[in-house]
Amino acid sequence: MLKRFKIFTVITVLSLSMVFLTNTNADEKYTANECFEKLSRGTLKFNQALDKAIFKPIAKGYRVLPQPIRTGTNNFVSNLRSLLSFSNNVLQGDLKSAGNTAGRFAINTTVGILGVFDPASKMGFEKKSREDFGQTLGVWGTGPGCYLVLPVLGPTTTRDAVGMIGNVFVDPVYHLTHNSETDILVGNENLSEHNYYYYRGTDAVDFRSKNIESFESLEENSIDFYASLKSLYLQNRQQKILNSPTSNRDSEDSDWEEIDNQ
Amino acid sequence: MKRIFLSFLVFLAGSFLVQTKAISYSSDPESFISEVIDEAKVILSSSSSSEEKADKLSQIALKIVDIKGLAYYTLGKKRKELNPEQLKKYEDLFEKYFLKSFTSRLTDYSDPKISVLSSEVVNNKYTIVKTMLLKTDKKPEVKIDWRVYTKDPDNPLIRDLIIEGLSLARTQKEEFASVLSANNNDINALFSTLEKFVNK
Repeated sequence: MLKRFKIFTVITVLSLSMVFLTNTNADEKYTANECFEKLSRGTLKFNQALDKAIFKPIAKGYRVLPQPIRTGTNNFVSNLRSLLSFSNNVLQGDLKSAGNTAGRFAINTTVGILGVFDPASKMGFEKKSREDFGQTLGVWGTGPGCYLVLPVLGPTTTRDAVGMIGNVFVDPVYHLTHNSETDILVGNENLSEHNYYYYRGTDAVDFRSKNIESFESLEENSIDFYASLKSLYLQNRQQKILNSPTSNRDSEDSDWEEIDNQ
Repeated sequence: MKRIFLSFLVFLAGSFLVQTKAISYSSDPESFISEVIDEAKVILSSSSSSEEKADKLSQIALKIVDIKGLAYYTLGKKRKELNPEQLKKYEDLFEKYFLKSFTSRLTDYSDPKISVLSSEVVNNKYTIVKTMLLKTDKKPEVKIDWRVYTKDPDNPLIRDLIIEGLSLARTQKEEFASVLSANNNDINALFSTLEKFVNK
């Protein structure tokens, strides 16, 4: 318990330091510096090889399952994942979204039979994008810091890497599966730690199976795959932090203005 | 004889109408995108070979995409440093690169089902047309926004595709910048990379 408290304190101090120390200039807020490019490029190659050997074949196998099973699996893991979104909705002060997420979870867990079905969407509870602690740090004003590629986990930034660790502390599913000290409120012996990793693994396989062709096309049509992936990752994070339907700021881009006036 | 002449005239008029329809698009951005999608669908669902499909799609792209503008945008500030000869070489190479990349991405879809949802006038130069690539058994639904340049209202042109909120033009620009940055900002290195891509 004391050990967890210490780690929690370190994460909190680290997060707050990032908020105060990193840049908050509007333009720089969404661009990440390259600090370990050579290492990151090497890690990306390693990840691509790993993906080709393990993750892609698993994703292809998963795709052979009938559509209703895949939809039900996706709904089930998304429902569990919404608890992490709920925590972050609250931390971001977005109480409207927190209410929506809580409503969706309550309806889908009960009427939707443990989240396998999604009746909440039909009842007007909109399915919103996922939230995590990296986004929360972004909402609090933390810049992305350095861009890097982690083994297995893929593209990230120093802010989002801290966010990944922070997720552990604010994810109720993690606590339910890792804390078997007492009763159902803080932990249950039937919900072992393995279940947490099964759920996260299934979520990753589901994501990968939906993007087999997109990744192939990106690899095939990039002149610098590393740079393409970096651009898409950073745009995606910017979009999620802003809770905007698009990351595109090109209409304000001075380059287009100059080209038009040539 | 008169009948043959009349038939010939009707044939000529018919050919002209078909040709006119094939080369001109609506000036309304939403209808323009609908027409482009319909035209692409016919090509993609045809029994033609991949090469024939790519060729036909390239012909469409040359008419509907602001390839020159996109080439300049993608190169960023570096374009100001190029001499006219380098600029010409870049424009030619970019066009080949773009058409190859564009057709390669599209020919993955044999029978795409895209619905045009709505459009939003951003200003007098841009309209965003929102569409949805419907989900299939294997792929989820995908939101695709088309950024249409409407400075010449009679001749709208596509400047960007925003897929699930991610701009392809911006991605391409950052990719080109990365190639330049890795090669001491040498434009010849970018030319070599583009040539390699085009010829692969």
